[in-house]
Amino acid sequence: MSILKKNKTFSIPDFTQSPCIDKVGVEERVARFQTRSIKSTTKMQGLKMILNMIDLTTLEGKDTPGKVKQMCFKAQHLHDVHPGLPNVAAVCVYPSMVETAVKAVEGSGVNVASVSTAFPSGQAPLDIKIRDTKFAVSQGADEIDMVISRGKFLSGEYNYVFDEIATIKEACGKARLKVILETGELVTLDNVRRASDIAMYAGADFIKTSTGKIQPAATLQVTYTMLEAIRDFKLATGIQIGMKPAGGISNSKLALHNLVMVKEVLGGEWLTNEWFRFGASSLANDVLMQIMKAETGIYQSADYFSKD
Amino acid sequence: MERLNVLKTYKIYIGGKFPRTESGRFYTPLNKKGEQLGHICLSSRKDVRNSVVAARKAFGGWSERAAFNRGQILYRIAEMLEGRKSQFIEELIFQGSTKAQAEKEVNLSIDRMVYYAGWCDKYTQVLGSINPVASSHFNFSMHVPQGVIGVIAENSTSLIGLVSLVAPIIAGGNTCIVVASKELPLCAITFAEVLNSSDVPGGVVNILTGESKEMIKPLTEHMDVNGMIYGGSNKKIVQQLRESAALNLKRIQTYDEDWMKEDAQNLYMISDCQEVKTTWHPIENIGGATSSY
Amino acid sequence: MKKNKKITWDYSPAPESAAHINLKKKYVLYIDGKWVKPSSGKYFKTINPANNETLAEIAYANEKDVDKAIKAARKAYDTVWSKTTPSERAKYIYRIARLMQERAREFAVIETLDAGKVIRESRDIDIPLACNHFFYYAGWADKLEYAFPNRKVEPVGVAGQITPWNFPLLMAAWKIAPALATGNTVVLKPAETTPLTALKLAEIIHDAGLPPGVVNIVTGYGDTGAAIVEHDDVDKIAFTGSTRVGKIIQKTIAGTDKKATLELGGKSANIILEDAPLDQAVEGIVNGIFFNQGHVCCAGSRLFIQESVAEKVIDKLKHRLNSLIIGDPMDKNTDIGAVNSKMQLDSINKYIKIGLEEGATMYQPECTLPKNGYYCPPTLFTDVAQSSTIVQEEIFGPVLTIQTFRTVDEAIQKANNTPYGLAAGIWTDKGSRIFNLATKLNAGVIWANTYNKFDPTSPFGGFKESGFGREGGLHGLSAYVKLK
Repeated sequence: MSILKKNKTFSIPDFTQSPCIDKVGVEERVARFQTRSIKSTTKMQGLKMILNMIDLTTLEGKDTPGKVKQMCFKAQHLHDVHPGLPNVAAVCVYPSMVETAVKAVEGSGVNVASVSTAFPSGQAPLDIKIRDTKFAVSQGADEIDMVISRGKFLSGEYNYVFDEIATIKEACGKARLKVILETGELVTLDNVRRASDIAMYAGADFIKTSTGKIQPAATLQVTYTMLEAIRDFKLATGIQIGMKPAGGISNSKLALHNLVMVKEVLGGEWLTNEWFRFGASSLANDVLMQIMKAETGIYQSADYFSKD
Repeated sequence: MERLNVLKTYKIYIGGKFPRTESGRFYTPLNKKGEQLGHICLSSRKDVRNSVVAARKAFGGWSERAAFNRGQILYRIAEMLEGRKSQFIEELIFQGSTKAQAEKEVNLSIDRMVYYAGWCDKYTQVLGSINPVASSHFNFSMHVPQGVIGVIAENSTSLIGLVSLVAPIIAGGNTCIVVASKELPLCAITFAEVLNSSDVPGGVVNILTGESKEMIKPLTEHMDVNGMIYGGSNKKIVQQLRESAALNLKRIQTYDEDWMKEDAQNLYMISDCQEVKTTWHPIENIGGATSSY
Repeated sequence: MKKNKKITWDYSPAPESAAHINLKKKYVLYIDGKWVKPSSGKYFKTINPANNETLAEIAYANEKDVDKAIKAARKAYDTVWSKTTPSERAKYIYRIARLMQERAREFAVIETLDAGKVIRESRDIDIPLACNHFFYYAGWADKLEYAFPNRKVEPVGVAGQITPWNFPLLMAAWKIAPALATGNTVVLKPAETTPLTALKLAEIIHDAGLPPGVVNIVTGYGDTGAAIVEHDDVDKIAFTGSTRVGKIIQKTIAGTDKKATLELGGKSANIILEDAPLDQAVEGIVNGIFFNQGHVCCAGSRLFIQESVAEKVIDKLKHRLNSLIIGDPMDKNTDIGAVNSKMQLDSINKYIKIGLEEGATMYQPECTLPKNGYYCPPTLFTDVAQSSTIVQEEIFGPVLTIQTFRTVDEAIQKANNTPYGLAAGIWTDKGSRIFNLATKLNAGVIWANTYNKFDPTSPFGGFKESGFGREGGLHGLSAYVKLK
């Protein structure tokens, strides 16, 4: 079967033939990224890039418009005592909060991303998932973060998973689609690779590791495996796909090592928030503290950085 | 009228066949009484070459046999030796042994073959190891045969020396070329006949008779021979073997043993013709796969 | 959609500090527990190959010095070491291991300065492995009867040991640790281009209070090594180095009772099957040939890729080469450092020239090499055959030849078609195939779905012209014992 996507024609591979992954080899490679020493100007440039790549996220049952508004304010005022800091890339909320978020970030350049498709479990009929998605888009969401049907995936129904993603992509219209694999439930890296391939061929604009509700989430091993899949997809089709590790990235060092992986596996084309995002809630403040430490030489306290 | 004896033509043993030497030469060793032992082949360097080719050809199949199967075949050799016992005793006596000595030598040879037959499927268990490396890998070492082994049997030993040297070599999956004792060659040829009737594939053991001086050089300098075993104490021969080993770094072992001693047999004679091979493979999940943070 | 832009994010220099290391301007010989001047009065320079600067002057030992060292070793063996109980021996070796661990960073920095290898490797691989080797063998000292069933174990006596320049401290550890554990005394000669860490080790051995003469370190060139090999009162020679020298040693000691272990050259095959985890295989290829600038006897220098995935693997490999950082070995981010010496660089370049002359296609990533010092970019050669010189001969540098094959049998045949037999790599997701290849490949070390892994518990050593004897693990003890 061949399909047309973004004006390019390519054939759909047999997903049972996705490349196998040797986990120990991946761990060794990842350990190598972690030995990279990121210092001085490299570090400062990296930290600022990280801020600009964050999808500031609140995805809780107890979310209220008040909470969302406060987070959106933070998204545009990361640390105003320090001039020249970028904004985050987007805020990420439930569909019911999209309207609030869109108003709160209006004109700031910060995008609004909405989770959809019965996030986080994805255990709902397809028509409900479509409505969920269309609702978020109609409320003004710029980006949709959908979850795949992990149960179907694990029972080998790859075509179902593929078709579902393609259908949601259609429902997204102009909104960019991030496909959450929920790698903590897929367990093996072979599955992560296969799910990445399915998502990209089905029309994902981004692939994303996790909902943040399941551990482990965005481990370096998983992110690395997905980056390799993105590179191979680019080589095979010429299409660039974005990457979003989400969940568990709460400190600057880990975020910097993510950037090291992006740089060395994919290259500088991916080092913008157009193609790389961090799904995180507490990362921003750690990055800010690191920036202040680098500039002043003084270790920082969390009390001096706003929590929203 | 007395019946005319049918005399035996002594041949050499190459690749499971019994040719005369390609050179056509022979010698006639005498026993202590001055009687001729026979017209024995004076093997040439070409016979050496042919034997190495045969041994190399046989190596793949022999080394890949199940260890259990090799054990059965070695045991079968012992059975066949037992069946030919009287012939070996006669030959030994003819070569100069006393009856008691001859009987002891043959019995010991049979028992020694049984001893090594038993080792075939055990030595890798005793000598091998699983190595607890610090990384997420399964790592094990096991003994594998060196390949083609040249054997120089000492003049003073006949059957027992031959069996003592050859059995551990083939028990370990190697093939070999044996230069038999010049003075006492009869049992070597009869031993070849035993091998030939014991399910030992052709080429696993090749036996040459003649002037060892003439054969040592082409054998030990042969680039396709992996190791040399010398059963003897001649320092010049030892030095010659070790010097020529520099050509392809073949492994040299020398034994200066009294093979008639009951304990002149051990596991380490098998491992002397083995290489240690170590294999690594990753193990998923040991050491944890979660984020290191 | 915004126009796509490429961000440049280069790593700032991250040099390891050399401030805390303690190097003397001049090093003399360590004989009989004392630092003694060479009888010739001659010294040679050891340089940093990364910038060609002199690090120190090193004593040049001649026959007289070697004789003195061997006499000291003999005396120590007869009067002290053979009378020291195994458990006390163990404690000395443990103590050495601990002292090394305490000074690990200093060792790493000196190793990098002297050898040109990158600090990441000396810090994370060479030095920890060397310490662990002492730690591992220490424990064997009083347990030897368990290693050799049914036998009494005796030391050999005085061991003469000659180590190479590619893993200077690690190779010294591989040799000294098992020799001491089994009750031998030692005269060791490190390679002339990388003597410093062995001399630092002598300092530690001295600090550990090891009885005088148990370990002696003599420095010098090949003639110093030859004096050890030729000396009448050495019971055992352990050599790691080239096959050419190994053969000379074998010949030299042929008429003596000296035991020998030789760890020599290699031209190891790294075989990629079509069902392999390809991205990890690419890492294995890189680690196989570019680890330590390719100065590794077991380097996976002959790559064999199954034809159905050859193009894909080569593309991935080239892509990966472009992310390797080549330059100052002291920078923590450097992946490929300096070639060990001018002589070695000349030799590598000679082979690269031969490769081109024989019509092979070369690929090198774009990179700027430092101006001073000796560097060679990672190099791939395609369009080569078994009959190409660069496929047959050991280059001992970051140069990989790439051949393809169609069937597993063809891969085995080509892999085994060499006088060497040190190591082999196998990459496939199928277990039964791994065991098939592992059985049929003639090599002392088989790395399946991994490459260039080392551990004190794991025996290392080759078949055929890659030498004989094993170092490491239980099997490494055999080299230093007599069984009764």
